[in-house]
Amino acid sequence: MSALRENVRVLDLLEMSRRKVNVALQSHNGSSEPAHLRILNPAGAHALACGLDAPVSVDIEGHTGYFCAGMNKLAQITVFGNAGQGVAENMMSGRVHVRGDVSQSAAATAHGGLLVVEGNAAARCGISLKGGNIVVKGNVGHMSMFMAQAGCLVVLGDADEALGDSIYEAAIYVRGSVASLGADCVEKDMADSHREQLRGLLREASCGDIKLDGFRRYGSARELYHFKQQNIGVY
Amino acid sequence: MKESDWALRESHTFDRHAIAYIRRAASTGLYRIRGFGAKRRIPNFDDLLMKGASMSRYPLEGYRERCRTSVTLGTRFASKPIELEIPITIAGMSFGSLSANAKEALGRGASAAGTSTTTGDGGMTQEERKHSRRLVYQYLPSRYGMNPDDLRAADAIEVVVGQGAKPGGGGMLLGEKISKRVAEMRTLPEGIDQRSACRHPDWTGPDDLAIKILELREITNWEKPIYIKCGAARPYYDTALSVKAGADVVVIDGMQGGTAATQDVFIEHVGQPTLVAIKEAVKALVDLDMHRKVQLVVGGGIRSGADVAKALAMGADAVSIGTAALVAIGDQDPAFQEEYEALGSAAGCWEDYQAGTDPAGITTQNDELAKRLDPVAGGKKLANYLRVLTLEVQTIARACGKSHIHNLEADDMVALTVEAAAMSGIPLAGTNWVPGA
Repeated sequence: MSALRENVRVLDLLEMSRRKVNVALQSHNGSSEPAHLRILNPAGAHALACGLDAPVSVDIEGHTGYFCAGMNKLAQITVFGNAGQGVAENMMSGRVHVRGDVSQSAAATAHGGLLVVEGNAAARCGISLKGGNIVVKGNVGHMSMFMAQAGCLVVLGDADEALGDSIYEAAIYVRGSVASLGADCVEKDMADSHREQLRGLLREASCGDIKLDGFRRYGSARELYHFKQQNIGVY
Repeated sequence: MKESDWALRESHTFDRHAIAYIRRAASTGLYRIRGFGAKRRIPNFDDLLMKGASMSRYPLEGYRERCRTSVTLGTRFASKPIELEIPITIAGMSFGSLSANAKEALGRGASAAGTSTTTGDGGMTQEERKHSRRLVYQYLPSRYGMNPDDLRAADAIEVVVGQGAKPGGGGMLLGEKISKRVAEMRTLPEGIDQRSACRHPDWTGPDDLAIKILELREITNWEKPIYIKCGAARPYYDTALSVKAGADVVVIDGMQGGTAATQDVFIEHVGQPTLVAIKEAVKALVDLDMHRKVQLVVGGGIRSGADVAKALAMGADAVSIGTAALVAIGDQDPAFQEEYEALGSAAGCWEDYQAGTDPAGITTQNDELAKRLDPVAGGKKLANYLRVLTLEVQTIARACGKSHIHNLEADDMVALTVEAAAMSGIPLAGTNWVPGA
């Protein structure tokens, strides 16, 4: 650990602008060399650590604003605080770990990678998800996984209203209660393959010891896949 | 006409189009989704005239004196603005709604003529990037195919809030056009009807959008011009708020703008005419002291060099064309008349872009139909068309005494009708009257 600390580059937002911090982070893009960077005093700054494309480790020591870790590729980003709207939006790969809560639209449209939220996620978590995975250890807000196309959301707590509204081929696992399901979202059987998938995601989120018994799986009834007259009352 | 037929009188209210509409609705129980654009009569550029020059203004020599046509877009914040040789751009149209050959033809034609083309809902294809010297990447609510590599590979980014054919509406690409490749690019099952959202998934309103634009700039090193495209809903406020949100370029699309697949009721009844859109957008920019600092691109029903000249004279920096570009590369070709008729249509009336059965091979994902469009020949036709538009704009501009097309001004025009005067803010011919001014 001490050796690792010696190689950590510190970027302090009290001394550097956001632009300079992001330039320093993005200077690793395209490199396969691992690196460890710490960002101090984020103070809710927006668009921090976005557009990274390298297997670097980034620790953000505090709360972040909108779109932290946006469009992330490969990087391992940890927020030691809460994250604002659209954290890890359109993530392609890598891992974003938020130790606190996250605001709405977390991991929106993410194509890959993993978002882990230790606390709660607000509304529309995983909206329009396109292949990424999300593990929320607390609760998720209303309309989570709205129009989610591919990927998984795992919720250890409860899900608010209209979960999975207009969902496509994405999967949702919830351990707690679900206030209501959205249009075309239904509960589905848990086969061994689903348990395996769930177990793997929990393990990746560092909570592999959690029992799977309480989880229920939700997905698309595929009734809205074709535009037809009978859909009028559904929307 | 037989004398006995003189007693027959078609209703203006229930004309044959209204009757066909009712019969169709009663038969299917579904509203009609179609392509093309508004077909109703709307006051447009034909209702304006250029004055030319005589004693009070001196014209430039048509074949000797220079009239420049270059346009720079994105001078406000972007470190690498887009330089265009002509003031006409190609509007966003997706691979999916169009065939790969059609996208290639648009890229070839636009590049040859010195202008940009634009992606669409469905992401960027390699063919499109390869054949478009200047490519604008649309950032849409659906985010189909969205990725940071393509974002960085683009020459500009267009945040799409709406389009003229359906301001406030999302999209629907019907399953008939969802080929394996299209489905893969959009991360959705093959053959299903693909709904595109009408709102962005991670921001709402101009304050959020300002932060979204900040993120896009941070990811692309503040190099790319950021456009914001809106349908003509409330053009004054939409433009003002786009400026507030940090746009380098505002794109306003009038209701005559085309579409690949939209509800007929939306196409014909929602949105405002392009004349209104330009007037209000320019007023917003002038009020904010941002005219020419934030560039304005307008689209919706642009057909000729005269249309382009009039749009520029009203204060636009450039125009965008979509439907006209498709016609230029072969859409509505009378050579396919028999096939159009077999599909219940006719050359010039074809509007079933949503069906994927396009005889011209443009709005389709059917490989056999798509082969009918030679992208090289199509590109040449588009380049020719763009050159004609440009020559026509220059001709008009010289006649008005302008050495650059951007020197065209509202004072160079009159309106032919009271409606056009009110909508465009250009005085009615023979008067200094602008209704509502």
